[in-house]
Amino acid sequence: MLKINDINVYYGNIHALKGVSLDINQGEIVTLIGANGAGKSTLLKTISGLLKPKTGEIIFENVNVAGKLPQLIVKRGISQVPEGRRVFANMTVEENLELGAYLRKDKKEIREDFDKVYQLFPRLEERRKQLSGTLSGGEQQMLAMGRALMARPRLLLLDEPSMGLAPLLVKTIFRIIEEINKTGTTILLVEQNAHMALSIADRAYVIETGKIVADGSAAELSNSDQIRKAYLGGH
Amino acid sequence: MEQLIQQIVNGISLGSIYALIALGYTMVYGIVKLINFAHGDVFMVGAFIGFYSISYFHLGIFPALIISMAACAVFGMLIERIAYKPLRNATRIAALITAIGVSLFIEYGTIYLRGAQPQAYPNVVPLHDLKIFGVVISGQSIMILAVSIILMVLLQFIVHRTKIGKAMRAVSHDMDAAKLMGINVNNTISATFAIGSALAGAAGVIFGMYYTTIDPLMGIIPGLKAFVAAVLGGIGIIPGAMVGGLLLGVIESFVSAAGFSLWRDGVAFVVLILILLLRPAGLFGKNVKEKV
Repeated sequence: MLKINDINVYYGNIHALKGVSLDINQGEIVTLIGANGAGKSTLLKTISGLLKPKTGEIIFENVNVAGKLPQLIVKRGISQVPEGRRVFANMTVEENLELGAYLRKDKKEIREDFDKVYQLFPRLEERRKQLSGTLSGGEQQMLAMGRALMARPRLLLLDEPSMGLAPLLVKTIFRIIEEINKTGTTILLVEQNAHMALSIADRAYVIETGKIVADGSAAELSNSDQIRKAYLGGH
Repeated sequence: MEQLIQQIVNGISLGSIYALIALGYTMVYGIVKLINFAHGDVFMVGAFIGFYSISYFHLGIFPALIISMAACAVFGMLIERIAYKPLRNATRIAALITAIGVSLFIEYGTIYLRGAQPQAYPNVVPLHDLKIFGVVISGQSIMILAVSIILMVLLQFIVHRTKIGKAMRAVSHDMDAAKLMGINVNNTISATFAIGSALAGAAGVIFGMYYTTIDPLMGIIPGLKAFVAAVLGGIGIIPGAMVGGLLLGVIESFVSAAGFSLWRDGVAFVVLILILLLRPAGLFGKNVKEKV
C-alpha cells in the first residue's frame, strides 16, 4: 500500500533521514519505534507532505507522492494524527471534526462519519459544543484521532498517541487503534512506548539517528535481546 | 449630559472607522504574524476608488462602496502574493520592513499618478441629520454606523459559519495542523488579505464621506491608530479589534471635547504605551496555556 524507497530528508544542513525505506501492506498495523530525535516524526511529516525529501520515493497506491502538497496527500487517503494532538483549541469539538472532513463534499457520508466517530469516542459527543482547548489531554487525543478519521483515510499515521497520558488511558487509546484497524484502515504507529506499540502491531521498524536499524514481525522484535535492552527496559 | 452623549455618538462614528481598519490588521496578524503596515494605504486607495466611482462614474454610495471593497480585496491579495508570500519563511523583521516599503510605494505611487493635492469628497449620503433629545446625529454618522455594523456582522458570519472562515481560524491557530486537514494555506491567507482589505476599502469610502477630503497620505494616521486599536483589543482577536476601535474613537472624542483637540492624535499613542505597560496581550488577549 505504502512503499518508501530510500528517502533522504534534511533540516537545513542536518541530515535527518538517511536513506530510509519502509513498506506497509493493506490492513496492517506497522509501528516505528525509536528514541527521541531518531527521526520518527520527521518520517511522518515527510509522508504527509509537510517536509519534502531531497531524494527518494514515497509510493502510495502506485503513485509517487513524495514532495506533493499536504492537501493532495490527504485527498489521496493519508491522514495524520500529529504529535502533541495539535487540536484547534479555539474551536469546538464539532468544528474540529468538521475541519477533518475539509476536503470532502459528500455531506451525507460526512454525517455518517460524525456518528461513527462519536460511537468510537462517546466522550466527544458529550462535549460536542465545548472548546477543544478545555478538554483533558486524553480527550484531546481522541479528538485528534476522530478529526483524522473524518477524512476517511485508508492509511492513518499516528504520532505518539500515548504521550503524556495516564497508563489506563493509554490502554484505551491503543484498544481504539486496534478497533480502527479492524474497520479496514491501515495504520502506521510511531511510538516511544515500544512495549505497547509492539503489543498491537503486526510488524515493526526500529529507527536510530535517521536510519532503520532493524525490522521484522512485532513478535520477533519483542523477543530480540537487542531491542529488549534498548527499548523495552531490558526485562 | 447632552454634550456627553453627543461626544459618545461622535466617538462611535470615528471608532467604527478605526474598527473596520483594525479588523484587517488583526486578521492578517492572526494568520501570518505580520503587522501589515501597508494596510492604511489600502484604506486610502479604497477612499479614492470610492471617489472616482461617485464623481466620474456617477454611481450611488452603495455601488461605490461595493466596487471599492472588491477592488481593495484584489489589491490586498496582490500585495500579499507579490510582496509577502516570498518572505513567508523569512524573519519577521524582514517582512515588517517590506510592509513599510510597500506602504511608501503605494503612498508615493498614488502621488505620482494623481498628484498630492487633497480631493473634496462628494456628499452623496441619502440620509438627513437626526435630532434626538437635543443630540444631533448626522446622516454621515448613521451611515457609518449602519455600514460598520452590517460589515462586522457579515464578518462574524464568515469567520464562524463558513468553510473558508473555519479554515482561516484553523490556519491562524496552527498552520501545520491545518495543512494536515487538507486546507490550502496559500488560498486561505489570500482570502484573509482579501477580506481585511475589503473592510479597509469600505472604511476609506465612509471616512471620505465623514471628513469630506481625502489625500494620498490620509492612510498613515488612521492606519496607525487602527493598529493601536488592534493592539488595544488584543492583536489577532477579531472582537478585540472591534471593541478596541470603538473605544479609541470614544477616547479621542472626549479628549477633543475636553479642549485638548491638539492632543487628539497623540492620545492614541498614550493608549498604546499604557496598554503595552499594563496589559500587553490587550483587553481580550490572554496567555494561552498548553495542555500536555
